[in-house]
Parts: sequence; C-alpha cells; structure tokens
Amino acid sequence: MAHASGGVNDFAIKIGNVNGTGSASANSLLMRSIFRMGVPVTGKNFFPSNIQGLPTWYEIRVSGDGYLCASGKVQIMVAMNAQTYAQDIACVEPGGTFIYDSSWPREKMFAREDVNVIGIPLARMCNELYADPRTRILMKNIAYFGALVALLDIDMRVVEALIQEQFGERKKHLVASNLEAIKIGFDYAKEHLSCPLATRVAPANGTDGYVMMDGNTTAGLGCVYAGATVGAWYPITPSTSLMDAFGAFCQRFRVDKETGEKNFCIVQAEDELGAAAIVLGGNWGGARAFTATSGPGVSLMSEILGYASFTEVPMVLFDVQRTGPSTGLPTRTQQSDVMAAAYASHGDTRHVLLFPADPGECFEHALAAFDAAERLQTPVIVLTDLDIGMNDWMTKKPVWDTNYVPDRGKVMDRQALEEAAEFHRYADVDGDGIPYRSYPGVHAKGGFFTRGSGHNEKAQYTEDGGDYVRLMNRLRRKLDGAPKHLPAPVFKQAEQATKIGLIAYGSSDQAVLETLDRLHDEDRHLNYMRIRSFPFGRDVQKFLDSHDQIFVVEQNRDGQLRTLLLNELDVDKRKLVPILHFDGMPLSSSAVLATLQTALAQEIAA
Amino acid sequence: MSFITKPHVVHMEMPANQLGLTMRDYEGGMSTLCAGCGHDSISSAIAQTFFELAIPPHRAAKVSGIGCSSKTPAYFLRGSHGMNAVHGRMPAVATGVSAANRELHVLGVSGDGDSLSIGLAHFVHAMRRNLNMVYILENNGVYGLTKGQFSASADLGATAKGGASNLQQALDPMLVALSSGGTFVARSFSGDKNQLVPLIKAGLEHPGFALIDVISPCVTFNDHEGSTKSYAYARDASREIVHTDFVPHAEAIEVELAPHGTTAVTMHDGSQILMRQTDSGYDPRDRAAAFSAVVEHQQRGEILTGLIYLNTEAADLHQTNQTTAKPLTEVDYTTLCPGAQALEDLMAGYA
Repeated sequence: MAHASGGVNDFAIKIGNVNGTGSASANSLLMRSIFRMGVPVTGKNFFPSNIQGLPTWYEIRVSGDGYLCASGKVQIMVAMNAQTYAQDIACVEPGGTFIYDSSWPREKMFAREDVNVIGIPLARMCNELYADPRTRILMKNIAYFGALVALLDIDMRVVEALIQEQFGERKKHLVASNLEAIKIGFDYAKEHLSCPLATRVAPANGTDGYVMMDGNTTAGLGCVYAGATVGAWYPITPSTSLMDAFGAFCQRFRVDKETGEKNFCIVQAEDELGAAAIVLGGNWGGARAFTATSGPGVSLMSEILGYASFTEVPMVLFDVQRTGPSTGLPTRTQQSDVMAAAYASHGDTRHVLLFPADPGECFEHALAAFDAAERLQTPVIVLTDLDIGMNDWMTKKPVWDTNYVPDRGKVMDRQALEEAAEFHRYADVDGDGIPYRSYPGVHAKGGFFTRGSGHNEKAQYTEDGGDYVRLMNRLRRKLDGAPKHLPAPVFKQAEQATKIGLIAYGSSDQAVLETLDRLHDEDRHLNYMRIRSFPFGRDVQKFLDSHDQIFVVEQNRDGQLRTLLLNELDVDKRKLVPILHFDGMPLSSSAVLATLQTALAQEIAA
Repeated sequence: MSFITKPHVVHMEMPANQLGLTMRDYEGGMSTLCAGCGHDSISSAIAQTFFELAIPPHRAAKVSGIGCSSKTPAYFLRGSHGMNAVHGRMPAVATGVSAANRELHVLGVSGDGDSLSIGLAHFVHAMRRNLNMVYILENNGVYGLTKGQFSASADLGATAKGGASNLQQALDPMLVALSSGGTFVARSFSGDKNQLVPLIKAGLEHPGFALIDVISPCVTFNDHEGSTKSYAYARDASREIVHTDFVPHAEAIEVELAPHGTTAVTMHDGSQILMRQTDSGYDPRDRAAAFSAVVEHQQRGEILTGLIYLNTEAADLHQTNQTTAKPLTEVDYTTLCPGAQALEDLMAGYA
C-alpha cells in the first residue's frame, strides 16, 4: 500500500498522554510546525469524558500527498503514559518507532523486534531543571516536542516563530522557558540518538490557501458572517465550543469600542428545550437566531422543531454528532443522528439537513443554513460531528464574498405592509408553498396569531379537516421544492465509465477520497457522490438510477442515510450496499478500503 | 364557538385614547372558554390596560404556552403578533422574542400547569435572567382542558369536583418567584379589575420580569365547596397588602396629590407606581418581609394579594448582556458582518 507507509512526509505520529497534563499545547506546536513547513497535516484528538487523569491520545497524520483523514496506521508512537504502554507499543506499524520516557526504564515491556524503541529520560531531565511539580509535568511535554524537532528534522526557526506568536510580548518569560524546555529534548536527541529518523518531515509547498481550524470555530464564525444576533444554548460536548467561538468572534467584531454595547445576545438556557424555544422566539421576533447541540439535545428539541416546522418559523441548529444512543461515548464521533434529525418530532414532519464535510465547509454551510431556513421558513439542522467540530483540520481558508447578501426570504416589511390591502400569513400567494411572514412590532397590518393547533391561510384557528389537509399538503410541496435552495451534491467521476457508485457525506469524505485513489491503483473505478443536503434533489435520484451497485459509506450501525434514501427516493434496496464504521473513531482510509475491498470481492463473487 | 367571528363594531360614542383607538381595537376574537371563566375577565383587564396606556397593539408581542389560559391571547389585542407556543416553554420563547427586539412589550400568559409543572424550569430561569416582560399566571389549581386534574398549585387537602382530595404540597408562585430572583411579584384576583389593571400597568412599566399571579376560578372544574381556588373562597380569603396605582409619565406632576400613606416609586422612564399600604409598616421592597408575609397569610388560610415585592434596581437581561439600545432586529447587516479584510486578518492567526 502506498499510503502512510512511513517515510518522508508520509506517516502518522501518535502521542499517548494523561488528560489534564497540558499536552495539548505541545501537540498543537508539533502539528503547526509541520503545517508551517508547507506539509499537509491533520490532527485527531482522542480524549476521555473526564477532566483529569484518564488516558488521552493525539494523532497527527503527515501527508505530502494531501490526504487529510486518519490513515489508521501509526508509524511513530510517543508514549508518555505508562498506563497505556502495552496497547501503545502494539499499535505501531512494523518498522516504526516507539519513544517513551526512560526515566523509569521498561525495556522488557517493549519486546518487539520490528519496532525501533527509543528511551529519553524526559522526567529526570525536567526534574533536574524545574522545582515546581506542575511546571515539571508541563515542560516534560514541551521537552518531548523538542526531541521530535530533532528526530523529525523540523525547522527550528519555524518553531521559534510559533512560540513567539503564541506568547508574544505580553508573556515574554514563557517564550524563554518554552524554548529552554524544547532545547532539553532537542539536545538530548542530537547527542544520544541518530537524527533525523528515516520517517521525517521535509519542507514542501502543499499548504497554500489552507488554514488549521476546527469546524466548531468555523461554524461559529459563519454565524457571525451570516448576521446571526441571537444564540441560545445548553452546554453539551462536543458542541459547546461552537457557541464559545460565536461569542469570542462577536466580542471581537460586534462590540462598540466607545460604549461597550453589543450587537448580539447570547443566552445560556436552562436546558435544550429552552435553548430551542429561545431560538424559535428569536427568529419569530425577526432576528437570525441559532443553537448548537448534540444528539441528546436534538431529542429534547424535537418538540420545538415540530412546532417550528408546522408554524413555519425559521430556525438554525447545529448538531455536532457524537456516539449515541443515550450518553453513549460522549467524546467520540459518529453520524448517527441522521434519522432523528430528518424526522424530528411527532406528526408528519420533515426537516432540512445540511452535511458539511470539513471545517471550511462549516463556514459556508452556516450561511447556507440561515438563508435556507428563512427562504423556506422552516428549521434547518446542520449535521456535523465531533471529528469535524473538535479536531484541527487543514482546511480551505474561508474567504469572504463581498457580494453576499443574506436571503431573508419572503418578509413583508413596513413599506410592503403599508401598501398591502391585507396580509394573510399562510396564503400561498406565489404558488410555491412558501407564504409571506411579518415580524412583530413593525406595522399594525402585520399582526397575526401563530399557533401549533390547526390554522387556515389567515392564521385563524380551525379544526376543519379540509383546512388541515390543505396546510399539510402545502408544507409537503414547500419542502419538495427545497433542494434548489440547498447545497447540491459534489460528484467525482471515475476515470473509466462504471456502473458502480459510492455515496458518502460529512466527515467520511476524506477517507473516501483516499480510498478511491487506492482502488484506482488496483484498477477499480467507482463514481462518487457526496450528499450535502436533505431533502434530496433530482441529481441524487439520477445517480441512483445510473448505477447498478452503490456503496453507502456511513459512520453509524444502521445505515441511516441509506434508510433515508430508500424511504425518500425510488431505488431497489439490494442496490444500496451499506459500508458501516461506528466505533467512534474518526473514519480512517485503511478501514474504508478494507471493508470496500471485501464488499467488492463479494459482489463480484455473487 | 371557535368558528364565530366577533363583529368589529365601533359605537359612535365609544371613547378613544390618545392614538384615536377605541377599546374595540384592543379586543380579540371570541373566547372559546366556558361562560363565566375567570380568564376572560383577565383578558378584558389586559385589553383595558393597553387601551388606557395607549400602546399601539402592534408594539406588543403576546406569547403563551398550552392550556385554557394560554388560549386567551387570541381573545385580546387582535392587532398584535401572538404566539400560542409549546406547553411550558413560553418563558423561553419570550426570552428569544425579547432578545431579538427589546422594544416590544412582551406579554406572557400562562397557567398553573404550564408554569408550575411542565414549564417550571423555564419560568424560574426567565426570572433569574430578569427578562423584561409581564408574565400573567392565570391560576385556577386545576387542569381544565383535560377535565379537572389537580395542578401543582392546588392546596394540600383541597377537593376536586369528584370528591378526591389533593395529597401533595402546593407550589405558591409568589414563593417560587421570591426565591428565584423575581423583581416584581404581585398577586391579584380575576374578579377584581380595580386591583388588576393598575398592577398590569405597573408591570408593563417595570424594567424587568413582572409576575402577576391571578387567582382565576375554573367555573367548570374548580368552583365548588372544598376548592381553595373558587370565586367564593378567593373573595373571602383575599387580603390585599399593598394597593398599587400607576401614573404614566405624562401625568407625573399630579403625583403630589397622592393620599397620605402612599409611597411613589419612579420608574426609569419617569412614570410612577403609587403604592398604598393597607397593612401598616409593610415595605414591598423588603424581600425577607415579603417572604414572611406570604407564608404568614398562607398559614392563616388567607391569600395575600397586591404588590408583594418590588425591586426596580436589578439589571434586566439586556443590561446584563450590555446589548445595544436599539432592537437587534434593526441593526444593519453591514454593521453585523465584519467584512472581507477582517476575515483575512483573522485567518492569519490560523495559518
């Protein structure tokens, strides 16, 4: 296999540590140094649902070819947690390197002939230099980074520049102490070890036009650019940092420098029921309001989602999916809220979904979500996941299109109301199923009564069956017309004509793209469609029609998108072959490749 | 009943307010509640309040939850935006409405089931954030639409129409409010418009969360002997502690004529609440005293009414947040969007 085999700019390095010891800054330094050297890189954080003391890992994929998913193979393991030595040595690829803290030698434990075991007495060296226990632990992490700078041939000037930027003038003393700790590891490696390793980094130019960001940050930023002013939320991993990002960017861009007055209002709600209700009220009141949550929150918000869909109030929700059901694995990733989100709430409800594939697309989809919600006057749920939301990705740098104007949809403003003979909230004036709305407080002619009970075109109470059926059919028509307002699928045509297709969405995209390249190496050709929204448009049906066999790659047990395709479109069930990974780990290309190879072999045998 | 449209007939002699609008303009659709329901009197008091204060109906936003009480916003202020929302969630919906547009007169109508059971968390937290709204809790101790189950405000030992006795402790909205940071805590009786209208007026002027718990007998399920929320019981047991009157800003000069024993509290816009103490020495600005007064009357089997607690100094949601003075809905998109250069500069930090 050509991918992540170990070598220059083609490997994965994994660092095992203990939660709460400050390893994040060392890991971030390592990744950003490599990124600054022009080498594509991506990071995956495996953390426990705990604040301090449990094992945590950080995996960095270095790929000169620009593959941004986890490879599923580790060439270098930095084991800083004795608790996990056994599993850490086991995960190293043959020919790989295992680095550990040899202050307490454990040679016997690492009896693997095919792995290069390197011991560095990090704790001993740090204990000699620092008196304070906390500093010793923090600096030990910076010291292993120093050793890696030497072993991987990382440019020390890049490292120094990063440290300067990170601490700057205000924390000058931290610049010196961090550089000192880096030197401890660096000097030791240079003196005692053979540097650099064969598996190492070399300068390249594969990162122009990219940034290192996580999807919660880009989504929060997208909400600022979309003009959202009201954010309501209830803390839940892995979505919390989305509202944090929105708040931080608002603090930077939306506060009047003289008065300190804010052009935004963020409310931490009493629960997710409240958060959704605040978003409902905010949008009804005329603001762009949104919330961020995860699966358990979506369950609670279902009540309000049904109401908003029936009463035609726009809402925007970000569901940063985690491993369910119930509390599940709250710090692991999954794509398992697809069905729950698509049909959230009782009665005949259907909601608009967006599936961004990476942090850069989270920024774009934040804007698309508000535009679609207001155009269609209905909730829009953006389904990201923990992998996209909380991991640092190399992603296309968001660039602002100055021509962007928010699509507020069909709104009767002051002048329109003034000129109108009368205003009927739910009248289908244009025949597209989308009525006109008005905001409270604008004009005497704009008043109407919103109710979750039966209502007619004039927003009056009705229990008449005919009125009800007319309303439900209009809502259906409205949603059927949704696709033209939503991000279209992205297609990647195979080099050779083929009747075999592959469908994926969201964070599976990168693993799928790499897998398709590997299959291409084996002279196997598949057409790829990445779905970006629901309800599905005609192009999705067309793709189903034009292939005999279609693999549907998903990160859940039940093939939820496949179910949605079967339910909503016209396709033979046997034609859609589920390819499922749901262990909570970010989808790796080697895992997808292995499952697909097996599936392809079976299909051919059949 | 629900299909009958109430005729909008204005009599020539009907008095008009400063806006030239008559009481008809502040009314709504035909009520579908039972004849004699206390809630209808409250709707009429709300309409009268807005009429007398000459607030344009479209400047109000009516929000409610689910239940008999929550249906009523359709029966007053027909020109306003209204939202009969989800059971119990009204205080959170109101938070969103007020967050979006702080200039709206947000008026919430709820019931004891809506506020004290399914929506208790939202009710309490709206008070904690001192949301600027008037919250009318139409309290009858019973679930009407589902045919007469006890609610959380039913008194211990009160009997249902069928004879069953309530064996659980009652939640008193006044005590809930006093312990949750409520800044305007009042109680009234649906049958007493003279007390209710000035309280709603004062509540509208109050710069924060104004709770008015209105004992509103259910004529169908909770107006029998043995009920502690019946017309007869409420009339007999009601004890007014502070009578409130309200003087709009424009008339403030005449305040000097206020009778002896009256305390005037000037609101932030210059209007005044006049408080006449019916019990000597009671100070509604003393939270601890308010607490004891509610409990003491409760122990005597009396229902304390009037303005029980007032704090006009606490910061409301927007003051705490330091939100811009104009409604967020009126802030221009060009102001909200940081633009291309800002994004470019920001991205330098992620390269």
